[in-house]
This record gives sequence, structure tokens and C-alpha cells, in this order.
Amino acid sequence: MSLLKTEGLRLKIETPLTEEVIESLKVGDMVLINGYVYTARDAAHKKIVELIKNDAPLPFSLKGQIIYYVGPTPAPPGKVIGSAGPTTSSRMDSYTPLLLSLGLKGMIGKGQRSEEVKRAIKQYKAVYFLATGGAGALLSRHIISSEEIAFSELGTESIKKLLFKDFPVIVAIDCHGGDIFKKL
Amino acid sequence: MKKIKKEQIIETVKKLYMEAVVHLPQDVSDALKNAYKKEKGLTQEILKQIIDNEKIAQEDKIPLCQDTGVAVLFVEWGTDVIFEDGEPIEAFNEGIRRAVKEGYLRASVVDDPLFERKNTRDNTPCIIHFEVLKSDKVKIILAPKGAGSENMSALRMLKPSQGLQGVKDFVIETVKNAGGNPCPPVIVGVGIGGNFEKSAILAKKALLRKVGEPNKNSLYANLEMELLNEINALGIGAMGVGGSITALAVHIEYAPCHIASLPVAVNIQCHSARHKEAEI
Repeated sequence: MSLLKTEGLRLKIETPLTEEVIESLKVGDMVLINGYVYTARDAAHKKIVELIKNDAPLPFSLKGQIIYYVGPTPAPPGKVIGSAGPTTSSRMDSYTPLLLSLGLKGMIGKGQRSEEVKRAIKQYKAVYFLATGGAGALLSRHIISSEEIAFSELGTESIKKLLFKDFPVIVAIDCHGGDIFKKL
Repeated sequence: MKKIKKEQIIETVKKLYMEAVVHLPQDVSDALKNAYKKEKGLTQEILKQIIDNEKIAQEDKIPLCQDTGVAVLFVEWGTDVIFEDGEPIEAFNEGIRRAVKEGYLRASVVDDPLFERKNTRDNTPCIIHFEVLKSDKVKIILAPKGAGSENMSALRMLKPSQGLQGVKDFVIETVKNAGGNPCPPVIVGVGIGGNFEKSAILAKKALLRKVGEPNKNSLYANLEMELLNEINALGIGAMGVGGSITALAVHIEYAPCHIASLPVAVNIQCHSARHKEAEI
């Protein structure tokens, strides 16, 4: 079960996400994520959706998990990962409602989402987090392990299982209909 | 006449690329610190991360941003340069290849844009804009350009009758539509005139100017200020969470154009406005 603690102004949460934690998160909350998350961006999303359509097994169970939209730079010697900031989330919008319907609970990226995604976030009780784009060096310090688990042929776009330690994000779209980008 | 070896180009390009992705130009860094002072709350928190990120990139010797871009090169090739080592373009690409390998940069280029989209694995080819000048030097400006901001850029062929207001409306509309996607605070490069492709190259070139340095023509300098004020009044702010600084600067470049045309290109640059230059 994920815990909800506060550290200064920030809420500390753990993956996988529970309904209780998701419901407590509100737009604008500064959150520190701990635990495992999975990376996937354009090409991996396309492949995941193909697998789902073919009833084939997925590289990881979506239930309660968070997907981080990132394609890191290669890890230099002695490092777990290279620079690892978020990519633009809207490119994943067309795939997202399906993943949410199958149990995905969180996404980390940057930029606004479509109306369909917002509706799905509300309907399936999920959350969209904003990480600071272009802060890949800073964010990499909060990733303490990285393991490639699928689609290695995609290079930087392969699916990796990352272990987060106090990874800083902001709640951008919550399950109550709140959207930090509403004014845009 | 001056002889320039292939290896000189390769090593210069490699060094420029490896340094550009870790160090921000001083003027960009200063502009971000200035923005931090002006904002508050969440927006200020984001700007703090962006500023801290620069220090961490240097400490950890890793790129500022995982999107180490497609390398865009502006090359001024002197007429008095002798190059006897085959195709110059191959030398530039080899420099990119070495930087990607030795600097642990991301390979973000696919060979075919539409069908196979297979990663070339070494981030080549780079994009080169050559100019020929009377000199015995090769000047290289290397700008790694990420896709987050590049994707939010736009070009429109306006009618001359749409004039100043048409240009302003298009620039504002482009920045507004981009919202938080291109990693604001951005720099907005605007290319006006020329033709279809010339306006796009001018817009890109405009991004290389020192942040906030005005156009030498006061009419365009005034337009830069007006656009900057209007863009910042949109309230998009850092990463789109709201704020008074959506753009650090608007830079316009212009060129003569056809009597029937008014091309306008808007090239958006994220806050990680990386570029570096050298002369051989």
C-alpha cells in the first residue's frame, strides 16, 4: 500500500499507486515519487497498443503503475542513467485512454493533455504529473536504478524499469477534473 | 589560402557538440536567473530546478536535457580554404558521431521519417546550412535542437495585405497554441520575408542571437518588444503552469521577398537554448 507523507511542502508517495493516494492528490501539489516506474514514449506506446490489440502479454502489468514519458541519454560509466527529463505528453494522447482503461494509474511528462485523456483520467481515477522539462540532469539524480525490460531495438525508446527516490513532480491533472493547464 | 584537414573539422564539431549540451550560453543562463527573481510559487520552483539543473549537468558531466537534439550547423566556409580530404559533409557527420559516442549523447534520428523510422543509432545526419564567404576560415555554429520546441514551430505564407497585424497575430497564435509543450520560458525566433524556406532558416538563425539583443533596425526592434510583451501577457509561464515570463526574448530576422508574398516562420526554442561556435 502506498503511503502518503509530507516532507516540507511536498507529499511523498510510493508506487504502485492506490486509489486512496490518487484521490488525495490535487492540482498544484508538489509530490516526491518513490518506487518503480516504467518508461515508454512514442514507439513503445505504439508497440504496447499493438500487443493489447493482439491479446498478447505486455512487458509489464499496467495495474497501479506509472509510465514516465522519457528517452534518456545513455548512462556514462559509473552512472545508473544519463540525462532523463520528460518528453511532450500530448504525443501519447491517442494511446492513453486505452492504457488507463487497463489499470494504468499515473503518467509523468510535460505539457497539456487532450480532452479525451482528461476525461479518462477522471473516469478511471488516475493522475498526470508534470516534471520539469529540460531538467534531465537534476532528475537523473532521483533515479537509482534502471533496467531495460523490453523493446531494446528501439534504443532510447525501449521500456525501462526505473527505481525512483524522491523524484520531484507536480500534480498537473487530478482525478477530480483539475487541470493546471486550464488557462492555456 | 589555408589548408584545413578533415580531422580538424571532426574534432571541432565533436567538441562543440559535447560542450553545447552540458553548458548553457551565459546570456541564456542570466536570463533564466532573472526570470526566477520575477516569478513566484510553483513557477519559481520550476525555474529553480532549471537553474540547479545547469550546475548538476556540469558536476555530473551529463547533458542538461536528454533531448540532445538534431545537431543544426551554420557553417561559413571561406573561399580561401583548401580541403582535400573528400566530402566536407562527411567530416561534419563524423564529428557528430564521435560526440554522441564519447559524450554519451542520445541518438534521436530515424532514417526514414514516415515508413520504417529506424534509429540511425549515432544521431547522424546533422543538418548543415552552408554559406560561402571571402576568408581563409571555417566558422561553425552548432545548435542542438530538441524536438519538443521544434514541433511547436510553424510557418505561414501571409498575404502582403495582412501586414504587421497579420504577422503579430500569427506569432502570438503559434506561441499560444504551443502552451507548455515547448518547455517555456522560450526564445521565439521569427523569420519574415525571403521565401518559404528562407523564412524558416531566418527564424532559426534568429535563435542564435544573444538573448534580448535587439534587431539593428529599430522598426523590427520595436516589433520584437511588442511581441515579447504580448507573449508574456498570455500568462503561460514556465512549463505552462502560469506566470509572467513565457518568453525570454523575441528575435526577428528579415529578408527581401516577392511582391506577392509575406512569409513568416516562427521557430520556438526551449529554455535549454544551447549553441556554441568555433573558428578553424
